[in-house]
Amino acid sequence: MTQKTILNDTHRALGAKMVDFGGWDMPIHYGSQIDEHHQVRRDAGMFDVSHMTVVDLNGARVREFLRHLVANSVDKLQKSGKALYTAMLNPQGGVIDDLIIYFMDESWFRLVVNAATRDKDLAWISAQAKAFEVIVSERPEFGMVAVQGPNARAKVIGLLREEDQAPVSKLVRFSARAAKTVDGVEVFVARTGYTGEDGFEVIVPEAQTVAFWNALLAAGVKPAGLGARDTLRLEAGMNLYGQDMDDTVSPFEAALAWTVVLDDGRDFIGRSALEAQQAAGSARQMIGLVMDDKGVLRHGQKVLTAYGEGEILSGTFSPSIGKAIAFARVPAGDIPLGAAGNVRVDIRGKEIPVRVVKFPFVRDNAIQPGI
Amino acid sequence: MSEIPGDLKFLKSHEWVRAEDNGKATIGISDHAQGLLGDLVYVELPNVGDQIQAGNACAVVESVKAASDVYAPVSGKVVEVNTALADKPETINEDAYGDGWLFVIELDDADQLGELLAPDDYAELLDSDEH
Repeated sequence: MTQKTILNDTHRALGAKMVDFGGWDMPIHYGSQIDEHHQVRRDAGMFDVSHMTVVDLNGARVREFLRHLVANSVDKLQKSGKALYTAMLNPQGGVIDDLIIYFMDESWFRLVVNAATRDKDLAWISAQAKAFEVIVSERPEFGMVAVQGPNARAKVIGLLREEDQAPVSKLVRFSARAAKTVDGVEVFVARTGYTGEDGFEVIVPEAQTVAFWNALLAAGVKPAGLGARDTLRLEAGMNLYGQDMDDTVSPFEAALAWTVVLDDGRDFIGRSALEAQQAAGSARQMIGLVMDDKGVLRHGQKVLTAYGEGEILSGTFSPSIGKAIAFARVPAGDIPLGAAGNVRVDIRGKEIPVRVVKFPFVRDNAIQPGI
Repeated sequence: MSEIPGDLKFLKSHEWVRAEDNGKATIGISDHAQGLLGDLVYVELPNVGDQIQAGNACAVVESVKAASDVYAPVSGKVVEVNTALADKPETINEDAYGDGWLFVIELDDADQLGELLAPDDYAELLDSDEH
């Protein structure tokens, strides 16, 4: 059964080409994926992300529960509205999902998890929550719109009632607050995103989501589809769950070590497996690649390195750079950056040389040094 | 969707061929195919002089989204390739039946053209695919 967001008819009316994405009927583009990509990098674009799952956690012991549930430390969250990106691990240290946690108050944290992993996430979180007497509530009554690009914040702020404009414009990156629109609609505005540009992700009551979208459209924000979202996030060096990591991959093997906090005495799920992996050394690593030759790097292509074979995880043509870029998972080993890494990709039987680079590839509409 | 020119013949897999005078034929992909692929970013063409066989993969078109083989609608020797596509593959998106042509062959057997779909049959095929 294909699910539809509240914006489904709106997308169709805008001429979107629709595709199945994890069981959801979503727009891949509204004409040109590349134009939409540039629109976000240079001005402002918006994405329907209503398929993502909002989960509220309530209870006196909710912080204690999250210390146990996720690999990053929720003790970084001390101010209401502050957000944290983290992986949720299984006991083997594999990634069940990546998610954002918002700190609302000491008895209420909000999670936003991936659409494709909704069922297993809810089952896992609910099972773990019992011991902490935390109530897990999915919030399907919300829509969500990601407004991204250098002019995105101003466009959203322009739709808010006057007294909320200043506080929302003062939100620092990775924080959120409640606000009301000029029409009195209660929204939750987070300065987060999945594009490498500044912007907001806005949670809106489902019944008002179409009107909110249309108000942004009237303000000059162009719709962008999942196609552009994918090229933008890969340029920004952000992982896609299911493609760049899954239950069998640890955060260390998915370039997510920065999200793991091995703080004293915190017994989070997967910790002992991660510590064992750290002591022994991970078997695999995730690297960034740029191909100077013509062609496109794609998921599943074979990657050849001095330490053995690996494969392309996310790969695409980068509209900002004009070349193919990719993440690859390859055997562990010290691979020099650039062409010196002597890494090659098998494309239809030909070995094409690629450069090993640090990522992000593109951030705030600038190609990063060394790319 | 643009009109399908009447002088083209098609394969079910969305390649078109236009018979030129002097025993040559121009080959490309249909407007419907470019629409399915989305923004094209790379085209791998055969070399001039290559002998291609009807039904075999002879070129690759890649969009941001996917790579797709192009099958030869007819057999023959490649005599010209559209080198302009190397820098402007999006030409195929803009003009699939015109400037977005892929290559020209010298036909081995002009009778092979008769085995291909006429424009109306191809349009009908697209219609039935959509239902």
